[in-house]
Amino acid sequence: MNWFTGLFEYEFMRRALLACVIIGFTNGFLGAFVVLRRLALVADALSHSLLPGLAIAAIFVGLNPVGLLLGGLIAATFVALGGHLLARSSRVKEETAIAALYVLAFAAGVAIIKFARVKVSLDHFLFGNILGIADSDLWICYGVGALTLLTLTVLSRPLLLALFEPSVARTQGVPVGFILGTLIILIVLTMIASLQAVGVLLSLGLMVLPAATVYLLTDRYALLPWASGLLGTAGALVGLVISFQANIPSGPAIVMVLGVAFLGAYLFGPRYGVLTQRFRKRHLHEESLERWDHR
Amino acid sequence: MNPCLAIKDLTVSYNRIPAVHHLTLNLEAGTCVALLGPNGAGKTTLLKAIAGLLPCETGSISFGGRRARQAVAYVPQREAVDWDFPITVRALAEMGRYTGLGLWKSFGSADERIVAEALAVTELAPLAHRQIKALSGGQQQRAFLARALAQQAEIYLLDEPFNGLDANARSTFAAALRHLRSMGKLMIVSHHDLSSVPELFDQVLLINGELVAKGPTGEIFTEDNIRRTFSMPVFSEKPRHP
Repeated sequence: MNWFTGLFEYEFMRRALLACVIIGFTNGFLGAFVVLRRLALVADALSHSLLPGLAIAAIFVGLNPVGLLLGGLIAATFVALGGHLLARSSRVKEETAIAALYVLAFAAGVAIIKFARVKVSLDHFLFGNILGIADSDLWICYGVGALTLLTLTVLSRPLLLALFEPSVARTQGVPVGFILGTLIILIVLTMIASLQAVGVLLSLGLMVLPAATVYLLTDRYALLPWASGLLGTAGALVGLVISFQANIPSGPAIVMVLGVAFLGAYLFGPRYGVLTQRFRKRHLHEESLERWDHR
Repeated sequence: MNPCLAIKDLTVSYNRIPAVHHLTLNLEAGTCVALLGPNGAGKTTLLKAIAGLLPCETGSISFGGRRARQAVAYVPQREAVDWDFPITVRALAEMGRYTGLGLWKSFGSADERIVAEALAVTELAPLAHRQIKALSGGQQQRAFLARALAQQAEIYLLDEPFNGLDANARSTFAAALRHLRSMGKLMIVSHHDLSSVPELFDQVLLINGELVAKGPTGEIFTEDNIRRTFSMPVFSEKPRHP
């Protein structure tokens, strides 16, 4: 158990472990809705469009976390809303519009960063540094995490209706636009909160991989966010420990652990696993009987 | 007397081009109405307008004095659904209760009973634990009917529910619709297969941009009316300006 107690020896490591728990759970929980709404690539686009907002905030208020939070939120909302409006007012489809705007925003961000007096590294933006996380960053993770979980739990019913079948949800009086807009804002907030620890790219991994894994394992909607949250936490912790022991960067270690889990579910999931289905010993007769039973 | 779905002078347009125009008709609860017409006649448009998904350019839709959309359950075309969604038949039916419960009220025993009854009427109780993709086409259609039923709606708008169902599945689905009719519900069903109309529906509504004919299947579903519906240009007279 020497290696285990060794983990808690250093202050930075204790902080990193706490960040893993909060960020892993929040991202995983939120990821369930990202996967169900097929927003993974939109989330990717949004993650990159944070950059100009962060750059402008860095110029005017320095590396103040609240300023960065607002700057990133405004920039990403601008891209999400702009893409939506562009698609509605022309024949350009929504994913094209969002891709066009996010590349523009990223380009503008890279250009603007040059004028920031503080040093902002693109590497850090994409991959973060969980071992260098400060108290203020932890507080922001905690606040955004609490807000996200609370909002998603309270809105769970209208969310399910809107995610499953938006047009039917509208007939039931669900404000679909508001619900999906809220989801987008939560995605952006969570990404900004995860920025310092794992960067936007790995934040996306923490959102998509646990949820995609659980999606392959369960047919119960209500279970999906909680199970992905737990898997996200577990993956982040295991990844961090491996990175500490093997001396590799923590972010990639976390995502690769989650990737292994995803691959495992893809191949060996009890119901939808590719290999499981291939090698399931079942008599054809049984299947046809089952069909007749429930005609 | 049964309450009526009253449509008065209804026009629905896309970018100022009317898809359905100046439609006036009454449909009584406790009937099963076939909505018939050629492609582009405005069948889906009319259903969506009744459901409140499209704004009325002119006219009004009401049900027993209230706005119709409050009494409506909309069942979309099967193609519009994500069948991989991680949800079971029972959970799908439970979604019908959510509007009434809002955000805070808990899902109580009364709701359980309504859901169980909806599953029983649609003969899905033995399949309640199944994920929705693991159902046949007819069962999938009935699962959505169960959800609409759990919503305790008065008006059921079904968009091509019989599409792609074989004879067996069709008759089971028709039995479920007959059960709803006996409960005094109004069903408006857009439909393509003309040969099965007399067997499945007691009323027909023929439209082609405007109302062609409406009434009991025996009287109205005649060769002459069908020919008029399916060969008529969309504007038979100079359109009145909305």
